[in-house]
Amino acid sequence: MCAKKITPKKPEVGTSGHQWDGIEEYNNPLPRWWVWTFYATIVFGIGYTVAYPAWPLIRGATPGLLGASTRADVAADIAAVDLANAAIKDRLVAADLTQIGADPELAAYAESAGAAVFRTNCTTCHGSGAAGFEGKGYPNLLDDDWLWGGDMEAIHTTITHGIRNTNDPDARYSEMPKFGVDALLERNQIAEVTEHVLAISGQDHDAALATAGAVVFAENCAACHTETGKGDREQGAPNLTDAIWLYGGSREAITHSTFYARFGVMPNWSPRLSEDEIRAVSFYVHGRGGGE
Amino acid sequence: MAGVAVNEGRPWVNLPDTPPPSLYAAREPVFPRRVKGTFRTMKWWILAVTLGIYYITPWLRWDRGPNLPDQAVLVDMAGRRFFFFMIEIWPHEFYFVAGLLIMAGLGLFLFTSALGRVWCGYACPQTVWTDLFILVERWVEGDRNARVKLHRQNWNGEKARKRAVKWTLWLLIAAGTGGAWVFYFADAPTLLRNLLTGAAHPAAYATMAVLTATTFVFGGFAREQICIYACPWPRIQAAMMDEDTLTIGYRDWRGEPRGKQSVEGSGDCIDCMACVNVCPQGIDIRDGQQLACITCGLCIDACNDVMDKIGKPPNLISYLALTDEVRERVGQPPKPVWRHIFRPRTLLYTVLWGGIGIALIVALFLRANIDVSVTPVRNPTFVTLSDGSIRNAYDLRLRNKHGEDRWFTFSATSEVPLSLSLEGTDALRVLVPANATLDQRLYLTAAAGSPAATSDRTDLRLWVKDVDGDVVPRAERVSSRTVFNGKDE
Repeated sequence: MCAKKITPKKPEVGTSGHQWDGIEEYNNPLPRWWVWTFYATIVFGIGYTVAYPAWPLIRGATPGLLGASTRADVAADIAAVDLANAAIKDRLVAADLTQIGADPELAAYAESAGAAVFRTNCTTCHGSGAAGFEGKGYPNLLDDDWLWGGDMEAIHTTITHGIRNTNDPDARYSEMPKFGVDALLERNQIAEVTEHVLAISGQDHDAALATAGAVVFAENCAACHTETGKGDREQGAPNLTDAIWLYGGSREAITHSTFYARFGVMPNWSPRLSEDEIRAVSFYVHGRGGGE
Repeated sequence: MAGVAVNEGRPWVNLPDTPPPSLYAAREPVFPRRVKGTFRTMKWWILAVTLGIYYITPWLRWDRGPNLPDQAVLVDMAGRRFFFFMIEIWPHEFYFVAGLLIMAGLGLFLFTSALGRVWCGYACPQTVWTDLFILVERWVEGDRNARVKLHRQNWNGEKARKRAVKWTLWLLIAAGTGGAWVFYFADAPTLLRNLLTGAAHPAAYATMAVLTATTFVFGGFAREQICIYACPWPRIQAAMMDEDTLTIGYRDWRGEPRGKQSVEGSGDCIDCMACVNVCPQGIDIRDGQQLACITCGLCIDACNDVMDKIGKPPNLISYLALTDEVRERVGQPPKPVWRHIFRPRTLLYTVLWGGIGIALIVALFLRANIDVSVTPVRNPTFVTLSDGSIRNAYDLRLRNKHGEDRWFTFSATSEVPLSLSLEGTDALRVLVPANATLDQRLYLTAAAGSPAATSDRTDLRLWVKDVDGDVVPRAERVSSRTVFNGKDE
């Protein structure tokens, strides 16, 4: 064969002794720049652990000489934003509730701040689009039907104190009797009053039963829902004549509501949210299309 | 294991016995000699005009009325506006920029297929600033021979002084270049005052610093290496040329064999190296058309000067197409220049280029000064109201490009009745501030049981009208198609 015999070019450094399929490895030293870079990283690493939080101890890590803390950085960032917004927040708290919309700057702030508060706190029940959950008892905030009132003042009060919660003595409160469970009405009476409610809300119904139900309604329901069935916002009694049903408007749903009653609860947001946040989210909810 | 011959017993391993060549080539310094002639004069003019446009443009004023900037050309990043004399482009009109980019592309095709790398040779900023830097260099250090001498001599007081003066002048030009750039992005007089008082935004200083550094390095030191190694242009353009494209060519059938004129049978080329010495790219055009050649034409000037002196006809080196070369070699005259420029290919490019340009201009004059975009609210798609009617919400983005506040009114057209209302106001109009965008929620309501309320989808068109537009000749109206979603039962 024509292959020449190869002699190692640098025999003085020797080989590492490793051999793979006859290929050997020179025992060359590492490049100097590499070695110095390596030493530099070690020095940097030691310096870094001294300057910054690094070594884990029983109660947290060593704090480091520079006192760096990402937690403190975030707190400082939040404080800076709060400080930047402090003036407009004060203006929002001082403003007349009905006049927030008249001030473009204040309205823009309340709209975006309210949207943020809503997304964080309200969407769980009311949905990210504020449309609630029809038939499940989570009110739609976009429509023109309000249980406890839909002007700025009423929305603000509802959010501040909540509804039927046990934490806030000023919470809006009312309780519908469990007409079936507590045997306040006979089953046939419940069936009759259900037909009456279907009648006054303009749905298909049994006219004979509804006529009888009108009497039952006048005796048992009119105190809260009023004689016409249009409800009473003072007591959070829903309007039974319109097209909007918190727990459903079918025969089954109305029967169920009468038999077991409903007891929807909303938390009081007053200590949890600050006054400016409550005002912002009130403004946001008011501006979703249903505000009065 | 040390000392064992590694190839022993494995004769099939055939290793080269010569070391591989170095893949690194050091830069050959280039010292372009001064030259006079047609193309040099043209290049001076283009240099003056392009630099003039670049430096003066930000300082031109253009009165647009109150609330709008009075700078003729302004890229307002923060306000998201682009002003160009009477034209104002908003972000949603970016298709104008896309159109201009397409025109730039077609223009590149056109010029490249007709005149080769004419952009590289005359108009490219790299070429223009390198020209300017070489001018300064020649002015400080002398012409080619003096510069070669200075380059070779050891450092002494004279060399240090000349280098320092040259670099200082370069740095001033570079700073001026970077400085001029930032004025396109802010009100120039205000920015200049802020820059001088140290009150300008850090981005302005950073941009200036970066552009100063790149201008200084690219124009002063990198020069032809940018064209040869960094720029994609030469590769792209090489693919767009054809045999009728005019490039710089050396008539070797006339010039060769090169050498002394006294020798019998020698060509017109006296091998004086004038074409090589003036070349800013450091190439020999007599080797043929090559990637490094930017077709600046300086070798033509240099050679014609020499041909004139030795009493030979000019244009031993000249703009030449491949087809000319073929014709001349068999003794035919070259095609006239216009035959190279007006060809089906270039005419097609011109037509396309002009067509897009006309379309852009027409679009520019037809566009309204108000605009609306409509986003139907999808969460939820509809809301049932207490009387059983169905309501849809739409988020409108209203744009008022006028320099004054304008009242907008709204209407909807569809085949079925829908009533219209606005969030936050009982009226059907809103005031949109001057030169601004306003977000407004609009509601459409279909009565209970009406066709729109009970069908899944109703097509409609929302109209926005500029009420104050009645006082100008044309009351402007814009519209947008959208849908109404009912309660499909």
